Amino acid sequence: MIEIKKEECVSCGLCAKACPFGSIDLAKGYPELRECRQCGACVEACPRKAIVIELKKTTLTEHRGVLVFAEQRDGKLVEVVYELLGKGRELAGKLDEPLYCVLLGRDVERHAKELVGYGADKAFVFEHPLLEERLEEPYSKIITALINEIKPSVFLVGATDFGRSLAPRIAARLGTGLTADCTFLDIDSEKKLLVQTRPAFGGNIMATIICPNGRPQMATVRYKVMKKAVYDPARKGEVIKRVAPNELLESRVRILKETRRDQKEDVVSAEVIVAGGKGLGKEGFRLLKEFAKEIGAMVGASRPAVEEGWAQYEQQVGLSGKTVSPKIYLAFGISGAVQHVSGMESSEVIIAVNKDPKAPIFDIADFGIVGDANEILTELIKQVKSTRRECI
Amino acid sequence: MNIIVCIKQVPATTKVETDPQTGTLKRQGVEAVINPLDLHALEAAVLLKERYGGSITAISMGPPPAEAALRNAIAVGVDEAILLSDRTLSGSDTLATAYALAAAIRRVDSFDLIVCGAKTVDGDTAQVGPELAEQLGIPNISFVQRIDGIDDGRITTERVLDETIQLVSVLLPCVLTVTKEASEPRLPNLKSKINSMHATIKLLKASDLDVDHKRIGLNGSPTQVIRVFPPEKRKKGVMFGGLPAEASARLLEQLKKIKQIE
Repeated sequence: MIEIKKEECVSCGLCAKACPFGSIDLAKGYPELRECRQCGACVEACPRKAIVIELKKTTLTEHRGVLVFAEQRDGKLVEVVYELLGKGRELAGKLDEPLYCVLLGRDVERHAKELVGYGADKAFVFEHPLLEERLEEPYSKIITALINEIKPSVFLVGATDFGRSLAPRIAARLGTGLTADCTFLDIDSEKKLLVQTRPAFGGNIMATIICPNGRPQMATVRYKVMKKAVYDPARKGEVIKRVAPNELLESRVRILKETRRDQKEDVVSAEVIVAGGKGLGKEGFRLLKEFAKEIGAMVGASRPAVEEGWAQYEQQVGLSGKTVSPKIYLAFGISGAVQHVSGMESSEVIIAVNKDPKAPIFDIADFGIVGDANEILTELIKQVKSTRRECI
Repeated sequence: MNIIVCIKQVPATTKVETDPQTGTLKRQGVEAVINPLDLHALEAAVLLKERYGGSITAISMGPPPAEAALRNAIAVGVDEAILLSDRTLSGSDTLATAYALAAAIRRVDSFDLIVCGAKTVDGDTAQVGPELAEQLGIPNISFVQRIDGIDDGRITTERVLDETIQLVSVLLPCVLTVTKEASEPRLPNLKSKINSMHATIKLLKASDLDVDHKRIGLNGSPTQVIRVFPPEKRKKGVMFGGLPAEASARLLEQLKKIKQIE
């Protein structure tokens, strides 16, 4: 929207001269716009900066509601969705606006009731065989059309690989702002804006971001960052079934084959992780794996350990590996370099064992043992096994 | 095959600090390098060119020093290099960046494929690739870890999508964003390095592009950073030493306290 600051105008007429459409009328001594095309030529021409562009201010108030993308995989809702609903409910409460969610897939309506139980006031469901696979093109087109219709002020998407590919397409399609990997979301009650905080520069700094004029304000959030919503089967909400027009279902991408990754090695969802670093050595890793097995934990590793071949890439924790936030993270023979720490520092409890008392890992560990990791592991295995025998 | 590779110059180290007084990033004296994943994108493009023929154009949007990154690209096999540099483009968030890059790309004769690194080490968002694809109206495949080949106007790639590995076929033209598994970047030899020093880099300004001023730079950036601050540091906890047997016992005690692990 082009706005005129009458008090700044000196009636020089340069704006009218600059307007390629002859839309400026100076009869009153200041510019009046007729059928303005929003090209902005007058803004540049004005020597007094009396003409300004206000991006879409008038439509901001039309936007109400927090929308959550309910991602599904193989017909099941993805874990992060419950957390987005939890956060979404909190944000919606502070804005005094409704909480919506949108679910796409094949045969997924049964989850819609669940979404209501987890907090959604309205669950929009689009079902179609062609939506069974998560594909960026049909998903982004259908969701964008819904957003244009219901006009939410906030749109939250889980930062899954799919979410990180889908959300930017939707943001670009809508011409709005998107903040990736938010670790903190809140509402500025004065300005009624979504305040988004995220790490940048590999986690070395935190940035707080706002999106004052773009709507909806979009953010992606990783799994295990926000609190899960509380389920209430008696919660009332609407399930709204929608049909996607055929033109929106097309995709230039075809999935030829899909293989599940070896879930056994998945550190990301583990509650307890036993991780080893370069300080362990090959034999130490064997002990580590045994200890992990004894206590039912997943094995993790630092990058140098993976590069040595003692662990697999899927087990790598850190900047160039996985980000984990287990209940307990046990670090054996890991020095605690920034790149590794950035992948595990949000663990609830960190226990570290290292020969070097000055190892940086101790700066972030809740409990630290200075000692030979291999010796400690040998002892740990011995003690756990003997305790078990005693119980029998 | 005409391939476009988008590259970005980033700080050599991510160990940046905030100025405690102003709250802004301390950028002085930090060396700039080509974004690591962009090297993988370049290599992937060069491998495709070696296989299918054609040419590669590298584009970078940034301040004048970004020219060094483009010369780097030429040294590994890029044919044309374009630097999109203009003060009006500064302050761009991912949307405004994708918008400007799309406009620059439309000035290139034609393209079959665009390859980018999955994300940068400074911004870390992984957004520009998909946003660029949307702006150009073409499909994108993100986090590609292997490019298999091109056949009948479609490219086949392998990507990781959360808990699955997918073999995907995409109609060209499209945007691929690659992870480090996608290729092993070659080192330029001395001769190509010397040649890259003399190569001509095409310079584009915002006025050379068909863009709406409201959509570039700070004006065109819906997101605004209002504050940067150092992350909260975890406090140092309890340390204990002693003999392995003793220390282990205490560790197990702690574990039991936190979680039942018999």
